[in-house]
Amino acid sequence: MNGGAATLAGPEPLIDVHAHFLHAGTGRKDWEAPNRARLRAGERIGITVHVASTLGSWGHSSPTYFPSPADASAGNDAMLALQKREGDRVRVYAAVNPNDTSHALREIERCVERGAVGIKLAASRRADDPLLDPICELAARRGLPILHHIWQHRRREWPGQEASDGVELGRLAARHPRVQFILAHIGGGGDYRHSYVAVRDLPNVLLDLSGSGVDRGMLDDAFAAVGSRRLIWGCDVTMETGLAKLRALEVIGLSAEQLGDVRWRNAARIFPPGSFPMLPRVER
Amino acid sequence: MSGEVDVNALIGPYPFRHVPHPDPEVLVRVLAREQLRGAWVGHLPSAWYRDPAQGNELLFAALADHRALLQPVPSVRPDWPEWERALRDAADRGAVAIRAYPPQWGMAPHDAAMHRLAAACAEAGLPIVLTVRFEDLRQRNHLDVAGDLDPAAIRSLVRSSPRVRVVVTAAGRETIEFVHWGLAPAERERVWWDMSWIWGPPEDHLAHLFRTIGAARFVYGTQWPMRLTQAPRANLDLLPDELRGAELADADLIARGAR
Repeated sequence: MNGGAATLAGPEPLIDVHAHFLHAGTGRKDWEAPNRARLRAGERIGITVHVASTLGSWGHSSPTYFPSPADASAGNDAMLALQKREGDRVRVYAAVNPNDTSHALREIERCVERGAVGIKLAASRRADDPLLDPICELAARRGLPILHHIWQHRRREWPGQEASDGVELGRLAARHPRVQFILAHIGGGGDYRHSYVAVRDLPNVLLDLSGSGVDRGMLDDAFAAVGSRRLIWGCDVTMETGLAKLRALEVIGLSAEQLGDVRWRNAARIFPPGSFPMLPRVER
Repeated sequence: MSGEVDVNALIGPYPFRHVPHPDPEVLVRVLAREQLRGAWVGHLPSAWYRDPAQGNELLFAALADHRALLQPVPSVRPDWPEWERALRDAADRGAVAIRAYPPQWGMAPHDAAMHRLAAACAEAGLPIVLTVRFEDLRQRNHLDVAGDLDPAAIRSLVRSSPRVRVVVTAAGRETIEFVHWGLAPAERERVWWDMSWIWGPPEDHLAHLFRTIGAARFVYGTQWPMRLTQAPRANLDLLPDELRGAELADADLIARGAR
């Protein structure tokens, strides 16, 4: 841990709702280095919990965004093992490919039984496709939030993925009002303002601040669009931008209460009760 | 005064989206907040002007009351009539460097006009500031078709004159490595990289580059007003322990002609 040293983001709880880890089956010889770096940077920033997923084999034996059932399960197993090793500072999304519906449903149940607290859907199938409905129905029954990969204002097909944008996720969210959806990485590429308008009137969609993009105006506009109760902090694959955004949120004028919502309370509200035992209880 | 100099600041609006208050008065406040001791400042819309002369006039006028902190970096387009006069004028008016935008001007990587500009800037003692990109490719407006600056263009410019000095802004690890390791050691000594677009942990690109290329080849840059000024500071704060406190190149020394 951090040895009691002051953390860069201060002592308040902090939940990263969009983290990833690698594993031995991803084909990268240095797979442990980014994992160590994430935990190291997390300690320095002051991240209380990394809520994380592994997208199958990250392209090694099946495509990152179209993982085979075997790779999806192997990735989830690696994440569950990491959670067991790291204790309360790592929590797991069950990452599934909805094209293999039966496997996806079984896999979510299997992972939840072993401690997963949410579902990760990436870009295997368009978000508004009916094939996602059984997964959302399961999420509603189990009280699991869904983190959905989003290409902000997708204007064409992109290779290697069947990406969705805010409008498409909005259709899914409207069909499943009991499920909390996390619209992934507003800084992850594309026009985030398109997403803001697309989901502004959908109270069950939260905007995840992660991504390498650090456009000035992006946070101000997100706050104006949905308010602090629907913004949720995360890093994805660039943790320095996560820290920069925390610092910028203070500059743009969020109150301490609002910052607390973004840092951890919104996450504590949407994940199943007991997901973060080290944190104070919050009103849901 | 302590703190770094931001070599990658701009003023003025961006043509493809709203950028909040891109004004020199605001930049001065941001520098104070971020504990930076000054900035090299260009005129953002000039990158898309056919003739940047009017943008340069606006830049010098806007910075006139802030010259203790904000150093002008006007643009000189070397395929425009009388560009040599524009360069002399810029030097006479205290430009600290010259910005050039080959992709926005439709220039190929080995453009001879850019080589002439490199030689003239070297003669005038002015570094050239290049910009790899203003926005991520995934969010670029469909009318913004310039594309990212090609590493070949950077290598070509550095090789074109033995005295030209180049500050490259908004590059990522790949571009940096494609240029650095594609130059001879003496050539590498004339290139500096701003860190506004380099990834930190968990991939740790900045740490990797500090270890392999050396922190002395990097300068502090934010790309304000396009990007959050907090990002490069956060990146430095998250370096592994053995690299924390690594010394970046001094922008003032680069401006004065030191390697």
